[in-house]
Amino acid sequence: MVSPSTAANIAAPSASLEFDADVLVIGGGPAGTWAAIAAAGKGAKVVLVDKGFCGSSGATAPSGTGVWYVPPDPVRRSQAMNSRWDLGGRLADPAWMRRVLDQTYQNVNHLAEWGYPFSDDENGNSIRRSLDGPDYMRLMRKRTKAAGVKILDHSPALELLRDETGAVAGAAGIRRQKGDTWLVRAGAVVIATGGCAFLSKALGCNVLTGDGLLLAAELGAELSGMEFSTAYAMALEGGSVTKTRFYEWASFTFEDGTPIPGAASKGGRSVMARVLQTQRVFAQLDKADAETEQAMRYAQPNFFLPLDRAGIDPFRQRFPVTLLLEGTVRGTGGLRIVDNGCATTVSGLYAAGDAATRELICGAFTGGGSHNAAWAMSSGFWAGHSAGEHGLQYRGRGRRYVRAGGVGVADGSGRAIDAATLARAVQDEVHPYDRNYLRSGERLTDSLGRLDGLWSGIRTAQAASFGEAQRTRESVAMLATSRWMYHSALSRTETRGMHKREDYPKKDDNQLHYTTSGGLDDVWIGKQRAPSPELEELAA
Amino acid sequence: MIEVISEDRCTGCNICVSVCPTNVFDITPDGIPVIARQDDCQTCFMCEVYCPDDALYVGPQTTELTGITVAELEAQNLFGSYRMSIGWVRGGRPRPTHEVMKRLEHH
Repeated sequence: MVSPSTAANIAAPSASLEFDADVLVIGGGPAGTWAAIAAAGKGAKVVLVDKGFCGSSGATAPSGTGVWYVPPDPVRRSQAMNSRWDLGGRLADPAWMRRVLDQTYQNVNHLAEWGYPFSDDENGNSIRRSLDGPDYMRLMRKRTKAAGVKILDHSPALELLRDETGAVAGAAGIRRQKGDTWLVRAGAVVIATGGCAFLSKALGCNVLTGDGLLLAAELGAELSGMEFSTAYAMALEGGSVTKTRFYEWASFTFEDGTPIPGAASKGGRSVMARVLQTQRVFAQLDKADAETEQAMRYAQPNFFLPLDRAGIDPFRQRFPVTLLLEGTVRGTGGLRIVDNGCATTVSGLYAAGDAATRELICGAFTGGGSHNAAWAMSSGFWAGHSAGEHGLQYRGRGRRYVRAGGVGVADGSGRAIDAATLARAVQDEVHPYDRNYLRSGERLTDSLGRLDGLWSGIRTAQAASFGEAQRTRESVAMLATSRWMYHSALSRTETRGMHKREDYPKKDDNQLHYTTSGGLDDVWIGKQRAPSPELEELAA
Repeated sequence: MIEVISEDRCTGCNICVSVCPTNVFDITPDGIPVIARQDDCQTCFMCEVYCPDDALYVGPQTTELTGITVAELEAQNLFGSYRMSIGWVRGGRPRPTHEVMKRLEHH
């Protein structure tokens, strides 16, 4: 049995490097950097930790993304909201869509003021509907530093700290390139660690292993919408670059060159998933002419990078493609948000970006990245703002600091976890198309038997060594995430949005609720009423 | 997957060691960095983008190496090719005409 660290045995946790802050932000992607800047703007002293490098880490930096940037014209705003409504299985919340559209508009305009190189259209107006990841995140790092935020790179958080009331009080982790430990005592913490893509090597996603979900759940935080975690993106077979949109110009064929009936990147991806279980799928961007090719190469140079380097001309040659799991990165599940400031159910703990549920604006489905980018910058901004206000209240207050980490970081009597083996075992249950993409009660139950069994096997593990600590906690987080996902998926006995049940292929409007989940040793599932749809307003 | 560090090009600034999100490189005491954990490479190409000397090459596949040599990369002008394509070079990169860019919108 793991004996969680207690106030008695570690009354004053310590580390090689210690900070007292008002706000600690965990994760340095778009959501984390917006949160840090917003918190600093409230006058808070802010520390941001990233397990990789703030500026290059995560799904956004190596990519390019659209942004849900819609000028405040009532007709266009209403069109923008309506276009998502049915796609998201009517689980989005119009009030949240509205405020995300407002906040995103403001934030993107800030980017322009800060010098982001937006291009102009033919009338000289700047085009603000897309962002190049490298430019965007380089600028965000710069602005974060300029705001006075202390950034710790290569510094994974291994566990949260709590106080005597159960409120979050900071976090502790390691500096993997320095070989030492860090600890930040903070009045508020923002989880901006991204989603979980289960080490699929989808572009930039291997740092996204659900770490923040585990940290938060160890303090009792709740999740929502974890059944909406079946996102798979198209990529060159064996490659990492996931840019599904350009496959709208593609034809899909079997190895022998005959067309695959019904296969399409949009609305026909499950056909491909079925074919890929037994044979290869080939694509060719034969619906794009020379000018479209020119536009594509400018818009998304990274799409062509692996193809060019593999000597493939995607417009004139067929090339093998695959579907890579993006899990909750492009899926909409994550930590449950309980107020407009992106608070979780734990006092002082806030969530933003892919780590927070995106159901509020996307419901049960996210297609392109534009809503994800909008959510990251809006929720990050709100989380940072409210964390700043909350954290400042703790300045100078005496608190007891207790390490809250569980499996893999707290000491147990069992053997240490073999992180690579555990990660592989989880992948075996969540990567296969016939288990995750195309779900059935029988297969979910079958997988859950093994996943719950894996948890029983590790819950008494001894703490990992310094060198294994990060990987160990990543694999534990992946396991925890997979169990919330599949328990949630089992409870939703219908097909809605990205959640596809072969045994319940239809939508059931008695299930217009949010599925909540949580717990580690025992996973629980609950329901929250979805918001009133405000249909008349949406239809306006 | 990260495959090549050109000894001729690399000046040992160690920026790649810092920016690699998955900590693939190690600093060496008196030389240029080394690829220490190649299997951890997630093929995100960020090291190439940030390398000021265009000394790195990431192959197109996540698990298979290409075996390409420094001489071949030089001959094919592949060093720095990605950095150039995203415009992280002096003068940026030319944007196609508005008409051409609109081909992506109305598909």
